[in-house]
Amino acid sequence: MELTVSPAPHIHGRLSASQCMYSVVIALLPAFAVSLYFFGVGALIVTLTSILSCIVVEYLIQKFLFKTKPTIGDGSAILTGLLLGLNLPSNLPVWIVIIGAIVAIGITKMAFGGLGNNLFNPALAGRVFLLISFPTYMTQWPVPGTSWWSYTDAETGATLLSKLKEEGSQWIEQVNIPDLWIGNQGGSLGEVGAIALLIGFAFLLYRRIISWHIPVSILATVFLFSFALGLGEELSTPQTTNAWQHAFDFALIQLLSGGLLLGAIYMATDYVTSPMTSRGMIVYGISIGILTVVIRQWGGYPEGVSFAILIMNAFTPLINNYIKPKRFGRA
Amino acid sequence: MLKTFRIGGIHPNEHKLTANCPVTPLAIPRQVSITLNQHIGAPANCIVKKGDTVKVGTLIAEACGFVSANIHSPVSGTIAKVDKAANAFGQYTTTIVIDTEGDEWEESIDRSPELKEEITLTPREIVQKIAQAGIVGLGGATFPTHVKLTPPKEFKPTALIVNATECEPYLTDDHALMLESPDQILIGCRILMRAIGVEQTYIGIENNKPDAIALLQGKAEKYPGITIVPLRTRYPQGGEKQLIDAILHKQVAHGALPVSTGAIVQNVGTVFAVYEAVQKNKPLVERIVTVTGDHIARPGNYRVRLGMSMRELIDMAGGMPNDCAKVILGGPMMGKAVSNLDSPISKGCSGILLLDESHAHRGTVAPCIRCGKCIMACPMGLEPFLLAKLSENHLYERAEQELITACLECGCCAYSCPSNRPILDYIRVGKNAVNRIIRSRKQS
Repeated sequence: MELTVSPAPHIHGRLSASQCMYSVVIALLPAFAVSLYFFGVGALIVTLTSILSCIVVEYLIQKFLFKTKPTIGDGSAILTGLLLGLNLPSNLPVWIVIIGAIVAIGITKMAFGGLGNNLFNPALAGRVFLLISFPTYMTQWPVPGTSWWSYTDAETGATLLSKLKEEGSQWIEQVNIPDLWIGNQGGSLGEVGAIALLIGFAFLLYRRIISWHIPVSILATVFLFSFALGLGEELSTPQTTNAWQHAFDFALIQLLSGGLLLGAIYMATDYVTSPMTSRGMIVYGISIGILTVVIRQWGGYPEGVSFAILIMNAFTPLINNYIKPKRFGRA
Repeated sequence: MLKTFRIGGIHPNEHKLTANCPVTPLAIPRQVSITLNQHIGAPANCIVKKGDTVKVGTLIAEACGFVSANIHSPVSGTIAKVDKAANAFGQYTTTIVIDTEGDEWEESIDRSPELKEEITLTPREIVQKIAQAGIVGLGGATFPTHVKLTPPKEFKPTALIVNATECEPYLTDDHALMLESPDQILIGCRILMRAIGVEQTYIGIENNKPDAIALLQGKAEKYPGITIVPLRTRYPQGGEKQLIDAILHKQVAHGALPVSTGAIVQNVGTVFAVYEAVQKNKPLVERIVTVTGDHIARPGNYRVRLGMSMRELIDMAGGMPNDCAKVILGGPMMGKAVSNLDSPISKGCSGILLLDESHAHRGTVAPCIRCGKCIMACPMGLEPFLLAKLSENHLYERAEQELITACLECGCCAYSCPSNRPILDYIRVGKNAVNRIIRSRKQS
């Protein structure tokens, strides 16, 4: 009988790259369900268009430019498509979504050599490209829960963060915080439901697809930094009776609104574009947290998560180069 | 909270199919083959020739230098030939073939079953006895035991650590031995403690063997200075450096000898062999081998005369299953795949694992997605993906800076890689190249 001979190890953990990708897709389903509930058919159209165009773009490039066997089955294009869709407003016209997918897959991912070689998170680069190129379309946010059948004709309003930026922090008194937990707020279609996003986070931690380091360090930094800002503001120019309560509410709103949870849990943790050691992850996470608050507070845009993550993507090779794991024997 | 090592590690499915199989002695083989390089170091020197008659325990090959080991005949009979023969991996090495006649032992060997507790020899005599008996590390490393018991003068051992972790999946030979001969193991510890002059012994056992932990804990009360340390089940806990870290909370510095922490580590099977050599005058002529696999008819822990052919042993365990596609000598993480089943069981063979077609091949290699799972798994705190990449691109200088020579080759990286990348294969190549460069630098 012929025996197979190969070097050790002879067993494998049986966790494959595509399982990792599909696990993230599964983890995002609760958030997608929330967006269907609040934004209706528009959310469905935008997300499906995005997924489909990402798959088609990757397939065509692999087949006709790379001339290699297409690897759509690995799930990475599907995940990029889903994430891009979840990062867009639900009333975005189909043609803009398709442009976003071309930028995400074609330029950000495949131009660098495909899976594993891209420097920037494809979905985020696609979103930021659209935000800069089509600012009007990208900042008309459908009001949640108005009509299930509306798409580009949906009634629009401002997001919480842009109101906060325009009207100042005394406005937070009017925010109904439970709405933020369940997702009853304006914004990109996948970013609104905090509880749903956290359920997915728990699933990913349980399956050990991602570790806690990046999300927790981002969220903790944003919370503490915002808390300090809120407190400082209240102490210098008092507007309410309880400065601590005000600062806490301000920090909590910063945590639950905008794309922070979606970004911290699902985008910043993208394997390819984030650091590989746990210490590197914490440096990266804290930096993203600081940049996010700085952009939200002092930048030209009301929201800064996407920019913060993309900036830190650029620093990831540097972090990997200088922050080494704790070596055995050097403890 | 149970102790374990502090960096990296994995927990594969344990598959300890033979955990409840007591040690079964097998019939004496009709013919045995003995290779001369069953240990690390210089091959032994054959001192018999065709036609000589030998008994069980007769010295047939002498240690050649300090780092080498004696080899004794495991059967009584006549030397049939001394010739080159293919070993398990297809390499030709000098092999002594003996035709068995009866089962006559050397008179000096005490074959009575009585336990002999009293230790009368001096430390020096103990080490000599161990060297004479040809004992090597039985966990698989096969490093001559007397060498390990003679550390360089600048180090003063402070504790003996017994490796009874058996962290490899499937293997249970140490487990079966502990259940069969707990007293002999504990006396063996006392002997080694005297030999190296320490007052403290720690026996590290993973907590997937609660019966062995309880049995030894009960018996150890009688023997001063011996502590049983239950450990959280995790691979590669049986690595010498990992075990010292788990038990003493000390990490061996890069490039230093493990004994620099004060610990001398011995495998539990080796400790048992020491008892037999010192108290019963019995050289190393047999050992326990786990024969296992998902489809073999009679998996078990068999006491085997060294030199029995692997094929014969597999036949006694129920024969090769029809779907067997890979045979591994040792455990699935660090064991070696075998190409020649007609080669003999040697001193370092702790198990034979038969894998079927579905487990014999690796998955399709995909691009590295930089997930960092290899880094999380590496028990030495290295970056396996980077070392593999550097090795692939022949960047050996950088690989040396990134500590490629610290790699244990435990396989945690390749096991964890979701893209099935042959990380460890590349690291092995790079490690060899870097070691070669270091050697030539020392010479010039």
